Amino acid sequence: MALFEGLADRLQNAFKKLKGKGKLDESDVSEAMREVRMALLEADVNFKVVKDFVNKVKEKSIGKEVLESLTPGQQVIKIVNDELTELMGGAQAKINLAPKPPTVVMLVGLQGAGKTTTVGKLANLLRKQGRRPLLVAGDIYRPAAIKQLEVLGRQLDIPVFAMGDKQSPVDIAKGALESAQSKGLDLVIIDTAGRLHINEELMDELKNIKAAVNPHEILLVVDAMTGQDAVTVADSFNKELEIDGVILTKLDGDTRGGAALSVKAVTGKPIKFAGMGEKLDALEPFHPDRMASRILGMGDVLSLIEKAQANIDQEQAEKLQKKLRTADFNLEDFLDQMQQMKKLGPLEQILGMIPGLGGKKLKELKDQIDEKEMAHIEAIIKSMTTEERRNPEIIKGSRRKRIAQGSGTKVQDVNKLLKQFEQTREMFKQFAGMEKKMKKGGGLKLPFFK
Amino acid sequence: MGFFSKLKEGLTKTSQNFVEKIETLVTGRKHIDEELYEELEEILIQADVGVNTSMELVEAVRKKVRERKVEDPAELKDILQEEISAILDEGKSPLNLIEGLTVIVVVGVNGVGKTTTIGKLANWLKEEGRKVLLAAGDTFRAAAIDQLEIWSNRAGVEVIKHNEGADPAAVAYDAVQAAKARKVDCLIVDTAGRLHTKTNLMEELKKVKRVIERELPGAPHEVLLVLDATTGQNAVSQAKLFGEAAGVTGIALTKLDGTAKGGVVISIKRELNVPVKFIGVGEGMDDLREFDSRDFAQALFG
Repeated sequence: MALFEGLADRLQNAFKKLKGKGKLDESDVSEAMREVRMALLEADVNFKVVKDFVNKVKEKSIGKEVLESLTPGQQVIKIVNDELTELMGGAQAKINLAPKPPTVVMLVGLQGAGKTTTVGKLANLLRKQGRRPLLVAGDIYRPAAIKQLEVLGRQLDIPVFAMGDKQSPVDIAKGALESAQSKGLDLVIIDTAGRLHINEELMDELKNIKAAVNPHEILLVVDAMTGQDAVTVADSFNKELEIDGVILTKLDGDTRGGAALSVKAVTGKPIKFAGMGEKLDALEPFHPDRMASRILGMGDVLSLIEKAQANIDQEQAEKLQKKLRTADFNLEDFLDQMQQMKKLGPLEQILGMIPGLGGKKLKELKDQIDEKEMAHIEAIIKSMTTEERRNPEIIKGSRRKRIAQGSGTKVQDVNKLLKQFEQTREMFKQFAGMEKKMKKGGGLKLPFFK
Repeated sequence: MGFFSKLKEGLTKTSQNFVEKIETLVTGRKHIDEELYEELEEILIQADVGVNTSMELVEAVRKKVRERKVEDPAELKDILQEEISAILDEGKSPLNLIEGLTVIVVVGVNGVGKTTTIGKLANWLKEEGRKVLLAAGDTFRAAAIDQLEIWSNRAGVEVIKHNEGADPAAVAYDAVQAAKARKVDCLIVDTAGRLHTKTNLMEELKKVKRVIERELPGAPHEVLLVLDATTGQNAVSQAKLFGEAAGVTGIALTKLDGTAKGGVVISIKRELNVPVKFIGVGEGMDDLREFDSRDFAQALFG
């Protein structure tokens, strides 16, 4: 088993067998379901959730209309996709705002899930939407947790309410509420101590905070890399505190994120936000439909477009779009785009959003493009003459040597860059083709249908 | 919501203790049959052992049962524990403490408990009579340096630190120099939590290691990957990529005091041959233990 073979690859493999077949019988479906089961289990989806999911898909798949359809493989894939989307939750859920401010949000979760950082990120995100947040340092146990929140507050220029580690968290929460009211702040986000859910003492403390300040939202922070235990965690927090939603953190790693499915299934509560990186702006609204399609290797074009809109100014965006459509661009544009891309965030994240670039293909591309290399590339391009940048074809042996010397790199690096440039051109051609398809067909095709 | 409620019901049943489960599994039956093996596999999967490893373990048990002509279902548990122990103990070695200065680098993803583990490890080494120095190499996360200092005070050891945002390799450099000058036995270097997929951060880690190697040939003597026991199959990827970047020599498995079993370390040992050296079982200073595969296997199965 390859380590990084993603869920999408597994499902695609599972359905390759079904694809060519004219007609399916029950054993064909069972065979595919076994692969689906394996894939989901390897993705850390909880055992029970997998069992129910597979049974449900199987039941629907051996129905008459599927088996007798001309394209049974596609039908089964559609069912898997639909069920997965349903399991991930319906439309995107928002934060409950209090009719009378301040809105009180309380974050709870296990140790190390990322609560304190998420408090900062959430405040930052909601401030962009016009809220005036107050951060509350309610974790009085972990060494330096209060300091951590204070530093975050300073970095974000958002006020932090702390009373040291001698007061009870209940008193701190109450004090914070009064403080917010007197300062006219309309959003109070309470950090709480991390805990193991079996720890009754701390769980009681959370219940007491809840009773004292009556939060409008209790959000459970869950590490996306969590294994089978995710259901136990989510279930016990939900039972004790009746959570309103979930924030999934560390989704920017290579975890297949099965915990998302498990948590949603066991609590029935929506996943509202996803942590996508180290930086304080790396918290995004969670889109179940997009997540499902991402798991299935269908890419996440919508997120990519949204990101681009938020980070690139309109004029430049139009220019970029034109270039993309015609795939007619030179090294000067390449440099320009590289700088634009930087604004979008880590490259691997962007690449992961492009449909058809799942699994192995993505890995190959990632291996070719290294974030750190970008600086080198910039130096190389800047060592070229304008003419060379506009017509990279003219860069032959001696010019390559000169450019390498000028940029403090080797000729091989220059060669590599020119090759990469060609590849990028190809990538944009793919973009352009995709755009046409979307316009024509209204929506993307599943990659398995190719 | 019929689907969810049904699911919930099922989950409540499975959240019962493993001990109970395996006991009812093996004592409530008279024969070893296919269903029994299947249930065994399910229990392993639910302990995060992973599908492939679980299937192979069960296969190994099946083979032993045939070879030894076992007929009592109660013996399955012992055989399985034996198998797990054998995997985990193969090529086992204790913490590599050398004469003179031993350098231990501690790495891992965010939130697994690196700083806490370092505090406990410092305490453990100190109680063994060694002079310990810590390096506050997590210069990224807000207040990570303060957190390490609090632990160092508890353990009664010194810390070398720079300001937040400083180059961690520079911290490591200073720490090695200080350790040499102060005739320290053990230097433990903290590093910032990082997702193993972030190329630039893994490069940073390589640099820290290079600097230590350059300043003290043969060091670091141990690179411990701290792993959260609640982590699922992604832990294998963590071990692989941290191994490639930093040459991981052992695992410290934390948060075993929860309900998670950390079964994924079996896959890590099998696939990457990285052994578990320590386990963290609580929040206290003394809650770090040397790993014992027998205890671990027993905790999985009662």
